[in-house]
Amino acid sequence: MPLPYSEIVMEHFRNPRNVGRIEDADAKAIEGSPACGDMVAVYLKVDPETQVITDIKFESYGCASNIATGSIITELAKGKTLEEAKKISWEEASKALGGLPPVKVHCSVLAVDGLRAAIQNYEERHGLVKEREPTTVEFVRKRLKHVMNPVVGLDIVRTKLVKEIEVQDGVVRVVLDLPSDHMFASAMKEDIEEKLGHRWDVKQVIVEFTE
Amino acid sequence: MYENLIYLDNAAATRLDERVLEAMKPYFFDVYAVATSQFGYSIGLDAREALDSARARIAAVLGASPDEFIFTSGDTESSNLAIKGVALALGEKKGRHIITSPIEDFPVLHSVRALERQGFQATYLRVDETGRVDLDHLRESITPETILVSIQTANQEIGTLQDIKAIGEICREKGVLFHTDATHAFTRVPLDVREIPVDLVTVSAHTIHGPRGIGGLYIRKGTPIRKVLDGGFQEFDLRPGVENIPGAVGFATAVELVTPEETARLQKMRDRLQERLLNEVPHTRLNGHPVHRLPHNANVSFRFIEGESLLLHLDMRGFAVSTGSACFSRSLEASHVILGIGGDHERAHGSVRFTFGRYNKEEDVDQIVEAIKEVVRELRRISPLGKEKE
Repeated sequence: MPLPYSEIVMEHFRNPRNVGRIEDADAKAIEGSPACGDMVAVYLKVDPETQVITDIKFESYGCASNIATGSIITELAKGKTLEEAKKISWEEASKALGGLPPVKVHCSVLAVDGLRAAIQNYEERHGLVKEREPTTVEFVRKRLKHVMNPVVGLDIVRTKLVKEIEVQDGVVRVVLDLPSDHMFASAMKEDIEEKLGHRWDVKQVIVEFTE
Repeated sequence: MYENLIYLDNAAATRLDERVLEAMKPYFFDVYAVATSQFGYSIGLDAREALDSARARIAAVLGASPDEFIFTSGDTESSNLAIKGVALALGEKKGRHIITSPIEDFPVLHSVRALERQGFQATYLRVDETGRVDLDHLRESITPETILVSIQTANQEIGTLQDIKAIGEICREKGVLFHTDATHAFTRVPLDVREIPVDLVTVSAHTIHGPRGIGGLYIRKGTPIRKVLDGGFQEFDLRPGVENIPGAVGFATAVELVTPEETARLQKMRDRLQERLLNEVPHTRLNGHPVHRLPHNANVSFRFIEGESLLLHLDMRGFAVSTGSACFSRSLEASHVILGIGGDHERAHGSVRFTFGRYNKEEDVDQIVEAIKEVVRELRRISPLGKEKE
């Protein structure tokens, strides 16, 4: 049986494009951490006149799909304006890679989030953003759309696993419609904590299960 | 198809030895009947004889008598039977407390968790950074309610050997049953039930070039235990089902084919691999105990990189190894063993297990070391971690 990775994924894994750092980058961001198992750093050079990404590099600590997605998003983003690059979705990255196995979608989302965070970093540095967005129930829901259900490779909001969201005094409580001994329960819990724990106005993230 | 593969995942599964297959064959094609009672037909009596002889041969290696050893479908079933079977026998009579460690393999860990969901209490003993359990913690954890202590002989990932003699003596002194999962240690390290006060021992054929689907459980005479599968009266009325006679014969043959000379050869290869990796690849560390460990197991963490990528690159170069990375595990969780001995996630994700077997050759070691050096260098070039240290 061949590996569940497409030829394109394996090709990018073997020969990732645009690897490394840009020492005088105009913007950079790191998403993920060794704790969550995947980490991506994205560096940008942006033309201040046209807002076009003239150079982009990435570094990856992660599995094959993480490295391959990091590689493909640099190819997709190069030459685009920031507004265009912001719209690159993980679906688009996944399609460009010839598809990803459901359990690996999580790792590709991280790479796309890395690109978005780098763009946001540019906007912050160049006074292009308004105020910091507070963590509301709606914001949490939006972030949870970046947490994958490894069973099907779609996010946990779309697959109706999120039963309840509560935000009060900096404490975010998320209830997942899953038994606590489900094989992916701990993995999803860690992912949610990772996505919300570092927010400027979040003190604690509590993930609970229905059974 | 895989004749050039360098396979270093012998803790997961081993290549069957041809001599084992030859020994099994007659029980598929010639003496294929079930083992009948002593008043059965001839072919069934011959099958019975083969089963009894296989049992006696394995029991002898454990220092047990034949009626203290039953065949099962493998180590998962053996550990389930040992733990749940004792819980069924003593849960009402004596108590509902079990002691184990957080780094046990899943058959033990998940059997204990299943009992916890039914109202049993469990204590998970402290382990030190090499993976050895804290004997003082064991002593103080045993209560009048304690019915079983289950501590492995050797760890499945990091290879650490427990002092099962000392653990057994503590249990014996306090009057508590002691089960040990010896799946990865059996035949590779001495284990004699006449010297070690142990009541139940899990063993399996798949780790020693025997067939899959056959394992066994040593049960000391008089141990209170009830069967967990219901059916016929086979295996002393403890494990129902048509006996796997070809498997039993294969298991006994596999046990006898392991020699101290062979184990010493595996250890030599392991030592060389470990020494070269730790000396020649920067930012590496050994997981597990430096001395008290399985002779054919090495486990090394490579910092700043993730194990699944390393494993894939090695696979493309013709090597098979295993990793404690979350990406590689079915549950997407990092190795509970590395985390259990106090390692962080990065150390778990970057851990690689190498386990040697009969078909490894001396030159395999240098070949994989060279491949690892190359792959680790490349993955560190890509990684955002560790750059500030250069």
